[in-house]
Amino acid sequence: MTDGQGRAEPSRLELDRRAFRRRQSTRSVLVGAGSTVVFAVIVWLTLINTPGWARVQKTFLDPAAAVEAWPRVFGGLLVNLQVLVVAAVGVLILGSLIAIARTLRGSVFFPLRALAAGYTDLFRGLPLIIVLYIVGFGIPGLGLFAERPSAIVLGTVALVLTYSAYVAEVLRAGIEAVHPSQRLAARALGLSHAKTLRLVVLPQAVRKVAPALMNDFVSMQKDVGLISVLGAIDAVRAAQIETASSFNFTPYVLAGLLFVLLALPTIRLTDWYSARVRAREQIGSNV
Amino acid sequence: MSATTPTSGRPGPEIPQPGTPLLRLIELRKSFGATAVLRGVSLDVAENEVIALIGASGSGKSTLLRAVNLLEPIDDGQILLDGADISDPRVDANAVRAGIGVVFQHFNLFPHLSVLDNLSLAARHVHGWSRSAAERRSRELLEQVGLLEKEREFPDRLSGGQQQRVALARAIVTEPRLLLLDEITSALDPELVGEVLALVRRLAHTGTTILMATHEMSFARDVADRVAFLDGGVVAELGPAAQVLGAPQHVRTREFLARISAG
Repeated sequence: MTDGQGRAEPSRLELDRRAFRRRQSTRSVLVGAGSTVVFAVIVWLTLINTPGWARVQKTFLDPAAAVEAWPRVFGGLLVNLQVLVVAAVGVLILGSLIAIARTLRGSVFFPLRALAAGYTDLFRGLPLIIVLYIVGFGIPGLGLFAERPSAIVLGTVALVLTYSAYVAEVLRAGIEAVHPSQRLAARALGLSHAKTLRLVVLPQAVRKVAPALMNDFVSMQKDVGLISVLGAIDAVRAAQIETASSFNFTPYVLAGLLFVLLALPTIRLTDWYSARVRAREQIGSNV
Repeated sequence: MSATTPTSGRPGPEIPQPGTPLLRLIELRKSFGATAVLRGVSLDVAENEVIALIGASGSGKSTLLRAVNLLEPIDDGQILLDGADISDPRVDANAVRAGIGVVFQHFNLFPHLSVLDNLSLAARHVHGWSRSAAERRSRELLEQVGLLEKEREFPDRLSGGQQQRVALARAIVTEPRLLLLDEITSALDPELVGEVLALVRRLAHTGTTILMATHEMSFARDVADRVAFLDGGVVAELGPAAQVLGAPQHVRTREFLARISAG
């Protein structure tokens, strides 16, 4: 059963198995194609083939209205982007500080620990929109500033306050997932508590929770649209203004699509990174 | 550590100990809850001496080593390093630890750092060496443990024996006065034990002061000047390696050695 090179011809048993696998995959392809057709028919029946579809199409998906709204909505999106970048940096700093405060040991740090725990409880429970209102109208009300801070600044502060609570909890989970023997090894080398945290614990913690952190970032990317409730002219607010003047909802759809486009790279990056981490962990290591 | 240094620099077991021991443990006590692990351990380790701690699991060998490195606060007693009381809470524990090398059973390499960065971390961030000086010294040691070509690898790409050799190198980068080895071959596959023990043997022959907990009796006999048998929370028997392991005086030592060789 072997040829000149010593390579074995597949046995009858193996040929039979291969034929079976081919039949199976042909069947899977057919089932997949069939279900796609069924899905398309359902969409057509429930959406396109409805009595009001023509009107909905005109009100929500009007290309002319989209073109007209584009400059304003796009300009608003740039505001959202600015807020996002500043808020992301703020969240990383504040979130890390709270996470570290929560993981401090010893009775000396009890007040700090309690404060951090209270903070995360409060801001994870409070709806973002309420935080926005409280910060947006409460902080200027204190009269601390000669001039009322802009809605953009106040909106950014509210986002940082809320998302820091989530990120702090994610980071804390990461810090606690670093095996105690790593701290032990670092301390044995003479590293101080702070250096152990900075050089050994945090880098490993962030790697462990990177997918969760990126997920929070995606979530924040769309929540920056909520600062419009304070009157900041961002993409959502710009769409609202356009809609108010044209009685056409297409600008909202446009703004929504832009937010999706903004989020897609991060979403893909998160998927890619998670897959990479999974692949690495499945090599089987004794870390 | 250079392998060419003659072994005569180290006092043999028959030579009386020099004046002040490098490490002196006086009546160390430590309990975990109701369990008293150390019940008054006293032991002197002379400069350049190698002492093997033997004893059953849970006899306090690891606790003792952790206490010496101030990773475990003791309940009572004194630890003198070079005559200075390091068990005094006013002592800067980080500075003490920086002068003692430790190797753990499970290597405890930092998985997020390359082999080279694992070695140079403490030199740079504890001892304040420049990056280039720390890396030069680290490469020197990696070459000595035969792993220079792995300097850019991450620990999880190395075998257990290689990881433990890296851990040993990491512990001696800044030339600590004392090296503590805690069952460093217990987590290794049998065929990887040899390469690690060969390295320890070289360290011992070049005059490194070593206090090691071990289950490798033949190794202890081969490398250690003296062997301390820990039992019931105290040093039950202490003497030259050949005597404690070959002709133990204490009945508990004899029982323990019989169990080990039977197992």
